[in-house]
Amino acid sequence: MIYLTRKIEFSASHLYHNPAFSAEENRRVFGKCNNPHGHGHNYVLEVTIAGDPDPATGMVLDLKELKEVLQREVGDRMDHRFLNYEVPELAGQIPTCENISAVIWRLLEPKIARGRLHRVRLYETPDLFVDCYGEGNGSAGASR
Amino acid sequence: MKIHLTRRYAFAASHRLHSAQLDEEENRLVYGKCNNPYGHGHNYIVEVAVSGPTDPATGMIANLSDLDAFVDREVIEPFDHKYFNEEIAAFLDLVPTTENICIEIFNRLRHFPAARLERVRVEETGRNSFEYLGEPGGSIQ
Repeated sequence: MIYLTRKIEFSASHLYHNPAFSAEENRRVFGKCNNPHGHGHNYVLEVTIAGDPDPATGMVLDLKELKEVLQREVGDRMDHRFLNYEVPELAGQIPTCENISAVIWRLLEPKIARGRLHRVRLYETPDLFVDCYGEGNGSAGASR
Repeated sequence: MKIHLTRRYAFAASHRLHSAQLDEEENRLVYGKCNNPYGHGHNYIVEVAVSGPTDPATGMIANLSDLDAFVDREVIEPFDHKYFNEEIAAFLDLVPTTENICIEIFNRLRHFPAARLERVRVEETGRNSFEYLGEPGGSIQ
């Protein structure tokens, strides 16, 4: 089994606000992220595919194909967007790294033609990232 | 969805690698420059990964301000700008290799109340790092 990882970057803005909370509660729970004007990040997405190399090509999955899927599903949808208002998949959710990574997982999983989606790692900053493993049966190092 | 949230922290500290179970010559042989009796220091990086359900009301596994405050109190504050061998109780009789520091940090963080601790990764320098996932079956829900 080989794990293949491809990286894509996108820049987007968001804010954290739960309409069910009072203004005071929103400020307390979300802090600076509650600024109504929003703020942005340079997100870095690492997508890992697990699979065995095709004997005919030596590839788990054609990287060019993966690059196109990432661009279409994530880049075109999220790059230079305000995540709260412009990404319908996130409507009604707080656009935290946790929720964005789950949306990206659901977008990508059906589009992976060879191998299987193993991990979606999303960096909001170099010091904060999430790893999403889907609903799945886990993975080396991910469960014990 | 199974999601792990990882946060990266930093502290600077000094240590000396010297084992009471080895003689002077063996210590020099095994630990090389790290056996310098005056100690030396590193800028350590600590990655802390936690997991748990994402709260629909906040979109979060754990509020980062809670995690930051906990890690600060348990690890960063006690370790930053300290000499492991003499100022951290766990290392009075234990060689402060990054392996042992990684386990000590895991044990200090395992009771984080808001989420389950999955993994601690410590970089001693940009060129070496260590990870500890707890002992199989020994984790705390």
